[in-house]
Amino acid sequence: MGQAEIDDHSGTETTGHEWDGIKELNNPLPRWWLWTFYISIVWAIGYWIVMPAWPLISGYTTGVIGYSSRATVVERIEEARAAQSKFVQGIAAASLEEIRKDPELLDFALAGGRSAFSVNCSQCHGRGAAGSPGYANLNDDAWLWGGSLDAISRTIQYGIRSGHDETRFGDMPAFVTDETLTRAQAGDVTDYVLSLSGTAGDAGAVARGAEVFAENCVDCHQPGGTGNPELGAPNIADSIWLYGGERATVLESVAKGRAGNMPAWTGRLAPATIKQLAVYVHSLGGGQ
Amino acid sequence: MPAGNAEHVVARVEAEPVNKAENRVLYQKRIKIFPKRAKGFFRRLKWLIMIATLAVYYVTPWLRWDRGPNAPDQAILIDIPARRFYFFFIEIWPQEVYYLTGLLILAAFALFVATALFGRVWCGYACPQTVWTDLFIAVERAVEGDRAARIRLDKAAWSVRKIARRTLKHAIWLVIAVLTGGAWVFYFADAPSLLGDLASLRAPAIAYIAIAVLAATTYVLGGLMREQVCTYMCPWPRIQAAMVDSDSMVVTYRDYRGEPRAPHRKRDSWDGRGDCVDCNACVVVCPMGIDIRDGQQLECINCALCIDACNDIMDRVGRPRGLIAYDTLANVERRAEGKSAKLRLLRARPLMYLGLMAVVVMLMAFGLTTRSNLDLNVLRDRNPLFVTLSDGSVRNGYTIKIINKEYAERSFTLNVEGLAGARIDVVGRDTQGVPMLAVKPDRLASFRVFISAPSSALKSRSTPIVFKLNDAAGDGEVSYDAVFLGPDR
Repeated sequence: MGQAEIDDHSGTETTGHEWDGIKELNNPLPRWWLWTFYISIVWAIGYWIVMPAWPLISGYTTGVIGYSSRATVVERIEEARAAQSKFVQGIAAASLEEIRKDPELLDFALAGGRSAFSVNCSQCHGRGAAGSPGYANLNDDAWLWGGSLDAISRTIQYGIRSGHDETRFGDMPAFVTDETLTRAQAGDVTDYVLSLSGTAGDAGAVARGAEVFAENCVDCHQPGGTGNPELGAPNIADSIWLYGGERATVLESVAKGRAGNMPAWTGRLAPATIKQLAVYVHSLGGGQ
Repeated sequence: MPAGNAEHVVARVEAEPVNKAENRVLYQKRIKIFPKRAKGFFRRLKWLIMIATLAVYYVTPWLRWDRGPNAPDQAILIDIPARRFYFFFIEIWPQEVYYLTGLLILAAFALFVATALFGRVWCGYACPQTVWTDLFIAVERAVEGDRAARIRLDKAAWSVRKIARRTLKHAIWLVIAVLTGGAWVFYFADAPSLLGDLASLRAPAIAYIAIAVLAATTYVLGGLMREQVCTYMCPWPRIQAAMVDSDSMVVTYRDYRGEPRAPHRKRDSWDGRGDCVDCNACVVVCPMGIDIRDGQQLECINCALCIDACNDIMDRVGRPRGLIAYDTLANVERRAEGKSAKLRLLRARPLMYLGLMAVVVMLMAFGLTTRSNLDLNVLRDRNPLFVTLSDGSVRNGYTIKIINKEYAERSFTLNVEGLAGARIDVVGRDTQGVPMLAVKPDRLASFRVFISAPSSALKSRSTPIVFKLNDAAGDGEVSYDAVFLGPDR
């Protein structure tokens, strides 16, 4: 190494690097920058010792204070559980009606119910519980199996046609498929059913349908079509249709029957969670 | 004429303006500045302004302002946990932060006006960096002596005396720094109770951390970095050049009067030479380490200490004062040409700044005088958009938020206009008729509300409706435009 070259113009040492005649000057780094750099190096070495840092073949260096973000999360979750336990126990001990009357428990139940609904129920019923054809809208005031707190809670616990021993079970026969009714009779009874909610059809067909209804449907759907929550028979005289209110859809229900499923949640969700869900669903606007 | 008496009336001080542009290279260690004490009008003015600004800073959090039983009684309080800002009779909620924006705009324009008229008066007198640096230099001078003594001490080898002086100086600086940081936290909590908590070590950790951080910055910026903050860190010296013009008052050296400069002996003639005796008095008092005779410089904070120093010299050599003075650059030229000076304060630039200030003041005054102590927000449910009920009527869900900015509990009645046969249900209430909604003092309350209307009332998919909220005691009303959605038709 010879003497460092001095740039003529600035009088500064060069690094000896040259590109297309442009030479790099060897100006010193700013002192504050250099010190920050050195301090960072020292800091990094300390960090390796104190904190988890280096990967090993099976595992990693854990650091002297044994910090672990996973353990911290577990701890936080435990803390949150402990903070909630007062309310969870309160909900477990109280009846649904008591929960609804107690503002503190109600707040907790609604928040917990909303979150449990998003995780477990929204797949079918939708985020806003507005349902879709075949999946009940839980916001309205029509209930297949009853809209009281207890009825809702029971539906959530045991489901509908779920296979659970206590399940809610109703049977809408497939009148045409099973050859109980002819296609014409099914059409007539469809016209009659639609007339109950104010959709005028052919008067002759409605009159014939009324007879068919009286013979085949009235046991479950009741005279006038007002339905029976004990059997899950919907009110077919109101403005709400689970599968849709068009003639073709109603005819399909008559001809082929309907049998939607809802799973039983008891055993899958904690009893307190089911209570929260019941209170939440009840609060959506249609609770009785 | 006897030439025997050759002594200089004013001895030249050998002082180098270390931050003179031509003396400074790009990579250079800081050269310490040892400003000499100045005496005179501007120095006294600076002491007064220092006392006033420090008093405002330290006393303000202790001012009380009675707001009634449900509110803090501190005149200026930034209550971060409760999200309120109190400023005497004004209380600002987070969503009203535009008042703060207005205050900041006013402060900025006030700075612009002052700069356009009088140059860097902010830098020279009122900037915290200047005030605290001045205070730290005063402490340094009291402990270590004036310029010459300080230079000697700095060059001296380490001795017990030097260690003692230095320790005392830094100790006093640290006390000032901690008190500075300590005063800051009182703006964010009730000052008397926080003082008790701080003393008994029961205050929240963030208070101690804030004090430590501010003490550290005060100590480092005021004691160690000083003029470097103004020259290298602060953007204002660069920005202020845009407000200053040749009619702004700035600290200037009247070179037409001073040049050619030369040392002057008693009884020497003043003919054919300038009034500047090249004594460097202006250089040694300069806290920025520059020579004002080099003209306007970015480093100059216009503290006017060189004016005091030079006036003192002019008195002693028997020449008129004001060789260095506040003057406009245009006037310096006029005086040089023998014309009379003109002070043009009413120029377009400051007038424009004042006009903009007036606009902001009026907007803020309008906002403050028409500010409502009641606010209503309505959020429509988006999922589901609407619900059809079994009797065919349509229901929409809303979350309504009522802000009660009074320090008393208030009750409100809620009505809906624009929807025939509308029925209001507040979730969780079994009441019939018009619901009554209570909101605690100085709080926001949120309610879930269902509005249902018969299908026949809906003429189209979307119906505009108005929520009307009335104080049950007749003290104010507020409305909110919303829509009611139904099925397509």
